[in-house]
Amino acid sequence: MSRQPKSLGEEAGSGVRGQVRSGSPGTGDRSGRRPSKKRAPRAEGAAGRRGAQPGQKERAGGSPGPGSPRRKQAERRRHREELGERGRSSAERTCTERRKKDGRTSLKEQRAPSKKEKEVPRKEETWKRLKKHRSPSLASSASVGESLSEEELARILEQLEDKKKLIATVRSKPWPMAKKLTELREAQEFVEKYEGALGKGKGKRLYAYRMLMAKKWVKFKRDFDNFKTQCIPWEMKIKDIESHFGSSVASYFIFLRWMYGVNLVLFGLIFGLVIIPEVLMGVPYGSIPRKTVPRAEEEKAMDFSVLWDFEGYIKYSALFYGYYNNQRTIGWLRYRLPMAYFMVGVSVFGYSLMIVIRSMASNTQGSASEGESANFTFSFKMFTSWDYLIGNSETADNKYASITTSFKESIVDEQESNKEENIHLTRFLRVLANFLIICCLCGSGYLIYFVVKRSQEFSKMQNVSWYERNEVEIVMSLLGMFCPPLFETIAALENYHPRIGLKWQLGRIFALFLGNLYTFLLALMDDVHLKLSNEEKIKNLTHWTLFNYYNSSGWNESVPRPPLHPADVPRGSCWETAVGIEFMRLTVSDMLVTYITILLGDFVRACFVRFMNYCWCWDLEAGFPSYAEFDISGNVLGLIFNQGMIWMGSFYAPGLVGVNVLRLLTSMYFQCWAVMSSNVPHERVFKASRSNNFYMGLLLLVLFLSLLPVAYAIMSLPPSFDCGPFSGKNRMYDVIQETIENDFPTFLGKIFAFLANPGLIIPAILLMFLAIYYLNSVSKSLSRANAQLRKKIQALREVEKSHKSVKGRTTARDSEDTAKGNSKNATQLQLTKEGTTPHSASQSQTAGKKAQDPGISSSASRITLPVSQHLPVSRPPGVRPDSGQPRPQTHPWRSASGKSAPRPPH
Amino acid sequence: MGGSGSRLSKELLAEYQDLTFLTKQEILLANCWLLLHPLHPSGSSRASPSTVPGTQAHRRFCELLPQEHRSTEESLHTRVSLEQILSLPELKANPFKERICRVFSTSPARDSLSFEDFLDLLSVFSDTATPDLKSHYAFRIFDFDDDGTLNREDLSQLVNCLTGPGEDTQLSASEMKQLIDNILEESDIDRDGTINLSEFQHVISRSPDFASSFKIVL
Repeated sequence: MSRQPKSLGEEAGSGVRGQVRSGSPGTGDRSGRRPSKKRAPRAEGAAGRRGAQPGQKERAGGSPGPGSPRRKQAERRRHREELGERGRSSAERTCTERRKKDGRTSLKEQRAPSKKEKEVPRKEETWKRLKKHRSPSLASSASVGESLSEEELARILEQLEDKKKLIATVRSKPWPMAKKLTELREAQEFVEKYEGALGKGKGKRLYAYRMLMAKKWVKFKRDFDNFKTQCIPWEMKIKDIESHFGSSVASYFIFLRWMYGVNLVLFGLIFGLVIIPEVLMGVPYGSIPRKTVPRAEEEKAMDFSVLWDFEGYIKYSALFYGYYNNQRTIGWLRYRLPMAYFMVGVSVFGYSLMIVIRSMASNTQGSASEGESANFTFSFKMFTSWDYLIGNSETADNKYASITTSFKESIVDEQESNKEENIHLTRFLRVLANFLIICCLCGSGYLIYFVVKRSQEFSKMQNVSWYERNEVEIVMSLLGMFCPPLFETIAALENYHPRIGLKWQLGRIFALFLGNLYTFLLALMDDVHLKLSNEEKIKNLTHWTLFNYYNSSGWNESVPRPPLHPADVPRGSCWETAVGIEFMRLTVSDMLVTYITILLGDFVRACFVRFMNYCWCWDLEAGFPSYAEFDISGNVLGLIFNQGMIWMGSFYAPGLVGVNVLRLLTSMYFQCWAVMSSNVPHERVFKASRSNNFYMGLLLLVLFLSLLPVAYAIMSLPPSFDCGPFSGKNRMYDVIQETIENDFPTFLGKIFAFLANPGLIIPAILLMFLAIYYLNSVSKSLSRANAQLRKKIQALREVEKSHKSVKGRTTARDSEDTAKGNSKNATQLQLTKEGTTPHSASQSQTAGKKAQDPGISSSASRITLPVSQHLPVSRPPGVRPDSGQPRPQTHPWRSASGKSAPRPPH
Repeated sequence: MGGSGSRLSKELLAEYQDLTFLTKQEILLANCWLLLHPLHPSGSSRASPSTVPGTQAHRRFCELLPQEHRSTEESLHTRVSLEQILSLPELKANPFKERICRVFSTSPARDSLSFEDFLDLLSVFSDTATPDLKSHYAFRIFDFDDDGTLNREDLSQLVNCLTGPGEDTQLSASEMKQLIDNILEESDIDRDGTINLSEFQHVISRSPDFASSFKIVL
């Protein structure tokens, strides 16, 4: 890699090892000879260490301190001869390599080098002074790192900081790898060498230990990061999809994955704190009425058709609310199950709210710096419209087409920004579309209402058919299946940009689903109220039965009667379990409908189009049926509403979250497969720039909406009297009061009572409102200040425009002059060098000037930057021939050798 | 990681992780990928065992590698020719593929990529690379004549790349002129008729989705 055509500007920045440089630029003689004498031992010391271990590719990682000075001296002497030879040979080699190098210069590095350049002169200076200071001690063969004055110490520290900074940021420098590698190694070596030396005064061993630990820590962090990235599931799958279908489709899968993570946490919460304790420590199945299948259902309880409806044994299992006992504590752990049940129900919502809001906040933070995009429409289209992830030629063709259209569109917009002849038509069409869609929504709302009413009638009748029992679910699924495509067809009238169109579409389907959901909920509520009104009757019946059973005559009074078998005890309808079952059924049917839609709508269609195309009268692939596109809006909303169901239902059916985890897992694999096998990319591939936050917003809304009915039920509906953890209580939240009274010390109970006082709560709410208002106004004023600053910057830039171009021209001329002088210098140097040391020492002072160069618009000036290096290290040539060898000076060398490659054009 | 892991020494791997925005897995993957593609040694000076052409030879090359002493260096310095890089599925559809290869190549004729060049490429196009780095390389990719500025020819070439190879999607001359005028109007701050790196980065830094689209995943 040493022969890569490297721009000289780059090399200027690189403090390449192997060559010692002096700091006095004007006088070639002195700088050539004197420093080399003084510096040579040092250079060889470093080189010697390296030479001692020829096979070593990297410096020894563990020992930050320098070798013992005495040994170093010996090595230095030993290696001086070697180095002489090696240096010369390397010089020759580099010459030949220069020749091989073709003269092309790549783009001059403008920014990064300019940063480097600033460092360079300072370092050189440091070196010079360092040498002067040290030269007497060196002459008297004193050890190197021992007597550093305060000043030097400070300077080295500063240099050390620079190097450390370089190590930290080298990866973000636009250099080729070989250069980065050299830089990194050199900087690391420097840091290692001096860190030990500097630490000498104040506990060297401690310092070394700290460095070691820091290194270990960095390594550990890196390993951990590696591990973390490995742990992200489906990363490859999603990236695969992203490269085929663009980021908008991938955003759905990323959302799905996120949802899966959230559900896993919820599942862990519910499973670990409610279901497992109940199964392990609760009263076993069959011991009490609520845990037993009633006598009437017993014979059919294991039939598949019954189980499929979540009746029978499933209904009387830990998956549903009714199974749990109202015992205050269970097992030898004295686990407060009702309390845990309640707290888990609350924390499911708490956690979900927190995680949704947190991810929304982090999304907005990432996209805070927008606003100026209006100024750069064309440039953005030009420079950033290509999605480099596209790896599919079809997608690429679509992208070409869409870019061309967007170019043309924006050109036309620009030309005819004043003419708005079509605006009336567009407006009319949009109003029409919205009208049609509202009609659809109303129609579907009425349909659901009608069906729900009918189902209430059916539920009173006996012997209803399968269709009549499942009518609501079927109608809702059908609506969910056919309305979105209808909306999409209508939305074609509106002619929005697909990203905006997607949002509209999402909003409309959201309204549809919301209507469905709430109709469903209202129907459910009616049902619950009906059951509640019946409860009193059943309660009396139960008491009556038990009373009769125990007090009936004809039984020997002396022997106590065996208790009534739990299956025979009459019991209430347990509306909580009924609600849970409804949600469970809805979730499962929703899942099945989704999968069947995918199978029929996507896979079978794709197969048909693919294989029937050979024997069909028109082109199926390009013509009517074609392949399906991935329906982003429908899938996202399906996911969101499904999650809403889970949130609502998980309080009444703890097992629901487990079912949902399974569902998400299967749908991840199934949909990934379906997308890759039978869908085509969208006709207008568009980026999902920040619609993820839109998804999150919808999710938050659904979360809030699903919180409402649950909260209402908890706060104002009495729990069933004979099932569930809260049976026997007036309201569900009484469990908290009970715990506070019985398990906490009395003063805590008093404190809670005091906190629950409305006199305290209302001021607290008021305070919160005030805080919100205050923060809101602060953020508003900040954003206003931001906008003003931006305006100011823009104005300043306008002013500077002219200045800049003028200045750029002058600096370019300046640097050209210095370049000429510089090369002259170098020629002299070259001559003198032969006699002294093989390590060349060339220097120039232009670097100082260069540092002030703004780095804009003077590409020519960069060519003749001098190379500066201060850490003399040479590498055994066998180790890494391409990156480890001393890199020769660029320009001076070439001009001196006379066989230089063609100069790059200025 | 078995065979592929043994080829890169631990130290080198750690250094590559320091120098790129890639994770260990990605580096090994890249290494593996390069090794598993038939190689054409470009420099005659670097005689590798793969002088016999074709995949067969390459397989032998891979098998030979672990035993040989200088295996690491060999695998690092063998170059993969431009055609092979261009046939990468990730780059196949990219209109800038030639430019990307040229920008990242360090060989004299700019026609082949070594493993390190390839790592550079992947690093720049990785998720975590800094926007500055990305925009710097984007500028070099768009600078078709390598002269350090984007002039009108570069821009028109860029437009042609973006609108695809098909005749029907090409812009007409007047449209092209209009477009380039608009772009220069927006981004050419110092009004010298070209866009230089700092102007380019100024524009790019305002773009909301440049960093998310300027990436390639192996």
